Amino acid sequence: MADRKKETAVVVSQEQIATGIFSMWLRTEAATTAKPGQFISMYTNDGTKLLPRPISICEIDKANGQLRVVYRVTGENTGTEQFSKLKAGDTVPVIGPLGNGFPLEKAEGKKAFLMGGGIGVPPILELAKQLDCEKQIVVGYRDEHTFLRDQFEENGAVYISTEDGSVGTKGNVMNAIAENHLTADIIYACGPTPMLRAIKNYAEENGIECYISLEERMACGIGACLACVCKTKEKDHHTNVNNKRICKEGPVFLSTEVEI
Amino acid sequence: MNMSVNIAGVEWKNPVTVASGTFGSGAEFDEFVDLNKLGAVTTKGVANVPWTGNPTPRVAETYGGMMNAIGLQNPGIDLFCKRDIPFLKKYDTKIIVNVCGHAPEEYFAVVERLANEPIDMMEINISCPNVNAGFLAFGQDPKQVEKLTAEIKKLAKQPVIMKLTPNVTDITEIAKAAEAGGADAVSLINTLTGMKIDVNRRTFAVANKTAGVSGPAIHPIAVRMVYQVANAVNIPIIGMGGIASAEDAIEMILAGASAVAVGTANFHNPAVTMEIVDGIESYMKKFGFNSVSEMVGLVK
Repeated sequence: MADRKKETAVVVSQEQIATGIFSMWLRTEAATTAKPGQFISMYTNDGTKLLPRPISICEIDKANGQLRVVYRVTGENTGTEQFSKLKAGDTVPVIGPLGNGFPLEKAEGKKAFLMGGGIGVPPILELAKQLDCEKQIVVGYRDEHTFLRDQFEENGAVYISTEDGSVGTKGNVMNAIAENHLTADIIYACGPTPMLRAIKNYAEENGIECYISLEERMACGIGACLACVCKTKEKDHHTNVNNKRICKEGPVFLSTEVEI
Repeated sequence: MNMSVNIAGVEWKNPVTVASGTFGSGAEFDEFVDLNKLGAVTTKGVANVPWTGNPTPRVAETYGGMMNAIGLQNPGIDLFCKRDIPFLKKYDTKIIVNVCGHAPEEYFAVVERLANEPIDMMEINISCPNVNAGFLAFGQDPKQVEKLTAEIKKLAKQPVIMKLTPNVTDITEIAKAAEAGGADAVSLINTLTGMKIDVNRRTFAVANKTAGVSGPAIHPIAVRMVYQVANAVNIPIIGMGGIASAEDAIEMILAGASAVAVGTANFHNPAVTMEIVDGIESYMKKFGFNSVSEMVGLVK
């Protein structure tokens, strides 16, 4: 079919919103079909860095054909550091949207947890905007830099945890749930693996339907290279082994499907 | 002007295929590439049974390249024959099936299973450096390469390409052994074994510890080895290793490759193979070549 391609996205704006955390709006064709929980592959303009960086979508503005990405700069001389230096009018090659996204329809009539931790917080914003149910947004940060908090508050009841205790519950998102005596009958979550493991266990102990967005180092981003696999309980129909591709069948999985 | 090439009796419409493992079975790139534009599609290595592959992380980026230790995860030959070959048959391109195994009997099982399948060629991976139980030592030993090639040739109904590892002292010895065993063609180079350490986490960047390095950073090594092998054997060479542009592909052809395979560059630009086909055509027009074969090994 060959109807998709790597495109040149244009930076609309960029700002630093916390220590090492940047927010960028891009004008891109990917905006027209993007869904919450999907990601885009962003490429550097540096020929020595060949692989795409998979970056989750934070907000979707279909009307203006724009996507917002909020990402962490992972170190000096990294691709993400190069992205952070782009200014309005600069270009960045992208492919997207990629992956499956969160299943919004599952939340109908339910009380939901929308849980994000660290750099897993950004995709929870578009999810919160689009999900139509009773929303409890539980987000965890390192410190007082509670980025995106104002926008979360426009989209549901917000509960915050910080590792250093400077804002909200001291600890992690699970501590915030316990401290506030929160309950839910569906969970959507994105964050570091230890956090997702805790949420998966909590959901399974309490019989709650739970969707988690996983992360793994990728090469192609389109399901060909088999770099970004996760272990699955059942044999996957595509790979024919107990492995699913995070970039293709994921990044969002029903928690009971995967072993993390 | 004629873009077609003849590799061991199989006519490709142009000299461009993909390096095994970088293109899935072709279906994964179908959204980005018109598969009809490729001379051949080389599929990801397939074994007699499904393989789960290595732990993650399986890849890391390197300067001007990458490294991988996927561990030849594959769905096994039965599902491959049922699903992937019929998919590729819908396109006007040649089908090269890459075959892997832990032991000679595993290769033989796949080769026999493929005998009555509508594929055009098979490529035997004796050089993947990632599978602990595999054949790195095997692909590095000329005697064993000759023996395995001869045994596979007895069973194969399609032309056999032996894919060579660069992780040897003298690749021409291995190429000559494959030729002596009856190989119809050789392909080179597979990845170079490397290692990357994450200094912040103080651990290996790839879970397998060692991983195969590929991409533009290794291209000059691949060109050198293609040149050496072209001067050592009389069977066709499929050249690969860091090809990212038409110029890189032409370099490989001028060094002695009859066809080329594009690998890591597919991850940087999924449409790169089509651009390379067009770029080779433009080059031929510009310099007045009437056929690809006129360019093969032109630089002595």
